[in-house]
Formats: sequence, C-alpha cells, structure tokens
Amino acid sequence: MSVFTTIIKQLINGLQSGSIYALVALGYSMVYGIIMLLNFAHGDVIMVGAYIAWMMMARFAANPIIALIAAVIGCTVLGVLIEKAAYKPLRQSPRISLLITAIGVSYFLENVAQLVFGANAHVIPTFIDDTPIQLGQIAIPTTALITVIVAGISMVALNVLVKKTRMGKAMRAVSEDAGAAQLMGININNTISFTFAVGSALAGIGSVLYCCAYPKATPTMGSMLGLKAFVAAVLGGIGSIPGAMAGGFAIGIAEALVSSAGLSEWKDGVVFAILIVVLLVKPTGLMGRPMTEKV
Amino acid sequence: MSKKRFTLPNWAAYLINAALFAAFIIGGNAVLSSGALPSFITKVAMLIGIQVIAAVSLNISTGYLGQLPLGHAGFMAVGAYASAIFMTRTGIPAQLAFPLGIVIGAAVAGLFGVLIGIPALRLKGDYLAIITLGFGEIIRVVLLNIDSVLGFKLTNGAAGLQGIPKTTTFVNAWLMVGLTCFLIHTFMKSRHGRAVLSIRENEIAAESCGINITYYKTLAFSLSAAFAGAAGALYAGYLGILNPSNFGFMKSIEILVMVVLGGMGSMAGSIVAAIVLTAAPEALRAFDDYRMIVYSLLLIATMIFKPSGLLGRYDFSMKRIIEKCVNGELFASFRRGRGKGAEEA
Repeated sequence: MSVFTTIIKQLINGLQSGSIYALVALGYSMVYGIIMLLNFAHGDVIMVGAYIAWMMMARFAANPIIALIAAVIGCTVLGVLIEKAAYKPLRQSPRISLLITAIGVSYFLENVAQLVFGANAHVIPTFIDDTPIQLGQIAIPTTALITVIVAGISMVALNVLVKKTRMGKAMRAVSEDAGAAQLMGININNTISFTFAVGSALAGIGSVLYCCAYPKATPTMGSMLGLKAFVAAVLGGIGSIPGAMAGGFAIGIAEALVSSAGLSEWKDGVVFAILIVVLLVKPTGLMGRPMTEKV
Repeated sequence: MSKKRFTLPNWAAYLINAALFAAFIIGGNAVLSSGALPSFITKVAMLIGIQVIAAVSLNISTGYLGQLPLGHAGFMAVGAYASAIFMTRTGIPAQLAFPLGIVIGAAVAGLFGVLIGIPALRLKGDYLAIITLGFGEIIRVVLLNIDSVLGFKLTNGAAGLQGIPKTTTFVNAWLMVGLTCFLIHTFMKSRHGRAVLSIRENEIAAESCGINITYYKTLAFSLSAAFAGAAGALYAGYLGILNPSNFGFMKSIEILVMVVLGGMGSMAGSIVAAIVLTAAPEALRAFDDYRMIVYSLLLIATMIFKPSGLLGRYDFSMKRIIEKCVNGELFASFRRGRGKGAEEA
C-alpha cells in the first residue's frame, strides 16, 4: 500500500470519528450558546444512549433502526429531564453552581449506569454488514460511510431547524439576549428545554454511530468522548453551530493523522495542544463571536 | 456603650491557634497510634490532610483570584512526580529526602504554574477553565509517554513509578496542612493578598488603581500550583506508587467540587468540604453500590438549595470567637447575622 492510500484511509477514519465528535460537540455548543453552561453531563447522555441501543438489540433483538430511534428518544427525554430537574432551579444562580451541578449529574448518570449494568463492558452486536466498498485501491468501510452520511443529514436538518423554523428563531433570539427575547414574548424556559432536547437527540444519534465504530458500552465511555467533543466545540468557537461541526472534523482528522504517524498514545495530548494554540491565537475559537469588554 | 471593646492582640491569637493546632496534632497522633481505631482510619486521616491542602490551594485561584482553573490535578501530578523522582534517585535517607522532596515538588509545580499561568491567564472565564483543562491533560499524557519517547527511566509510564518510600504520616501530612493554611492566610492578609482580592472584585477597577494584574494573577496562580505540588508530594509518599491516571481530569474536578461546595473564598469552607467529601465515601463503604449515587445527589442538592456553598465567604477565626465570648456578644452577633442573611435573600 502506498503512502497516499494510507493517508486517504486515515482521512476516512478521521472523518468517521470527526462526524461523531461534531454531533456531540453541537450539543455542547448549543447549550453553551443558550445558557452559558459547560454541560459536563452531555458525554454521559451518550453513554446512556449506547446502553439503550445495546439493550434494544441484545436483549429484545430489535431491528437496528428501532434501536436507533429508541436511543434518540431516550436521550432526548433524558436531556430534557436533566434540564428540568437539575438546571432549571439554578437559572438565577452563579454560573459556577450550574457547572458543579452538571458535574453532579454526570457522576449520577455514570454511577447509576454502573449500578444497573455493572462496570464491565457490554459488547453491542454489529448491525451493519461491514464489507468495505472498494474504490480503486481504497477500501471505504461501510460504517464510515454510513456514519458520515447520517451525521451530514443530521447537521443539515439541524441547520434547517435553527434557520427556518419559529423555534429555531426563538433559540437564536434567546442565545443573543435572553431578557430581550422574553420581552418579545418568547417563552425562555420552553426554548431552553427544546435546545436541550435537540442537543440530546443529536447525542443519541452520535451514540449509535459511536457504537458502530466501537461496539462497546461502559459506564465511563462518555467522559473522554465528551471531553474531546467539548474540545471540538471550543475549537470551532463555542456557541457557534458551524464552528462545532468544523471543530469536530478537525479533531477527528488530527487524531487519525497522529495515530497514523505511529504516535497514538500522544493523540489526546495533541488534541489538547491544538486547543491551547487555537485559544491563545484566537481566544473565542475559529468561528466564535468576538468578545467585547465593557468598562 | 462606654466600655472599651476587648480585642485580642495578634501575637496572642497566633499563640492560641498554634497551641490548639499542636494539641490537635498530638492528640490525633496519640489516638491513631494507640491502636484503638482500625488502621484504615489512619490512612483516611492522611488522605484527608492531602485533600485539604489540594482544596485550600485551589481556593487561592478559584476563591480569591476568582478564576476557574480545571487543571489542578496536573500541578499535583508535577509535584508528586518531581518529589518521587527526587526521593527514589538520590541516596539521601528518607527522613531528610521527604521534606526536601515536598519543597522540590512545590517549587517545580510553582514553576509550571508560572509557565502555564502566563499564557492561560490571558483568557477569562470559561476559556481559562478550558485551557487549564487542556494543560492538565497534556501533563498527564506527557507523564504517561515521556519514557517511551525519550528513552528515560523517569516516570515509568503507565506501569507506574514504583518503590517510593511511604513516608507520609498523619503528623507530617497535617503539619503540612497547618503550614499551608498559615502561609496562605498570611499571604491573603498582606497587601499582595489584598491586590489579588481586588482583581476578583473588579479587574478593570483594580488595574486603574495601579495594580499589576498580570503579575498578581500569575503570582496567585503559581502559588496555588505550588501548594498543589506539595499536596502531590505528600500523595506520592502516601501511595508509594504513582500512575498518571491518578491525576486525570476527574481529580481536578474532585478538588474543584470541594472548593465550590465549601464556599468559594472561604478557607474554612474548603477544609470542611475536603474533610466531609473525603470521609463520606469512606464512611459509606457499607452501601458500596449506592455511595457515589448519594454523593452526586448531595452535590446537586447542595448547589440547588445553597448555591454559594456551605459556608459562602464566611471564614473561621478563633480570635473573633474569643473576642466575642469575652465581650458577651456571641449570640447577639449570631442573631444579627441571621437577620442580615434574611435581608440579603
């Protein structure tokens, strides 16, 4: 195999993991945009999604499509529940309390999952026929193709939702200025809940796609995935939807390239090094809104 | 009231505090070494001491400086590895190497604090949190992989750095707690500490009063890092084996939770929260499966019902209590304090 095909292969891998990161990063970014919360529990929503997918397929022998739908619905409901129960009472509190609450929710989900499903990994049955598609010399794994396509469709759908619908308009208005949006008759609480629902639904899709690539569910699988996706969101400019997508792909491809250079132990370090460099050069991320300081 | 209010002179206050602290160390050591308690209690007491130092040190940059670093475990790791490498590589006997190791751990961590602080402190708020998180993770990854790349036998990678003499005891851990609290307390009462507090209250106003923001931010940040390094050195002597995974992101979060739960800017709060949050999981061992769930629920509930943390910005002062007792206003001020709290709410 030539160097060229190796690079193409790694790029495909990078696109696959990158689209998962992008889907998860969107959830972080939207929530941050609307209530300025670093939602550390988001990674654990993915973990719950993976367990739902595993349960549907391994326990109830359900069709993968049904499992996907169940995971998405489960994540959406969970996201809204978390928001109502844990974050809504803290609307007026300092932001650090909100952050600690998010950490508490994250601990809670991880430990409940460990209690219910045990600490061991559950292997999720493969549900996609994994014969790669040959394109000349390059073999494209089916899972990679499906991941990228599903992620692409979800992102287009999200864009339409945010840009074209009334609810999307409300979301943008609340993230711009919550007080003014309320004066214009927008129900802030519903809008925030809706944002959590959309973000968690994307996390649900991300969890199933993640299971295609790494078919295992463990109670702590969400923390590192969540952290990387979070880095992706910051890299692209937190609060910005196209930024989250770009950041996700950038992180995924950077990781794949570092691994292909034989430095896979360093890939976490490289991800964070990229983050630091970007933050130092452009503190609000690649596509973030510029910060202004008022005296 | 024409009678002059009684005030305790400073030297007397320090003397009383030192005596009380000495009594605590001697008494605690006597109880623990008498064998009346199961031996794991001693281990828990040591661990609590280490966690208290970590929490109090993070409180400098979180509570006093008003920033939110998420990479505190990274500094602990630097201190732990620096002191452990020093103790295992030099042939100095452990009694001497250990205090030196703590100093070296603190110094190296403080140096890292300066190096990381200068770029990181240019950012604010959540971005500062994220960049310090990044630095913390990079420290962990470097400790994990530095041997395989450079061919050293330095950190021993994922296998862990072994054979560190287990020199941490109840007495030296808690003496370090006392020293840390004393140094931080005196620093915060000095003009430098006041400058740090003014940055927390209003950065722009502080700058326009002639305070060198970058200098004081870096100073407070590296001070925080240095004490974290000392905690790390004690942790190395407590564990006897170091692994980079001990100092992951979750460790930083664990320390941050203590500071926020205790009340940001309250040293007493950090200490109480560190004690409670370290002891509670041990005490709940009987309900092994449920203890972390209870822990997380407590965390959420505290934040919902008392967002400013358990003690808010209240700080414990023996001097104030003695003065109030002598002046007979202990309960009066308590009632007044409650009344004030209700007004604010």
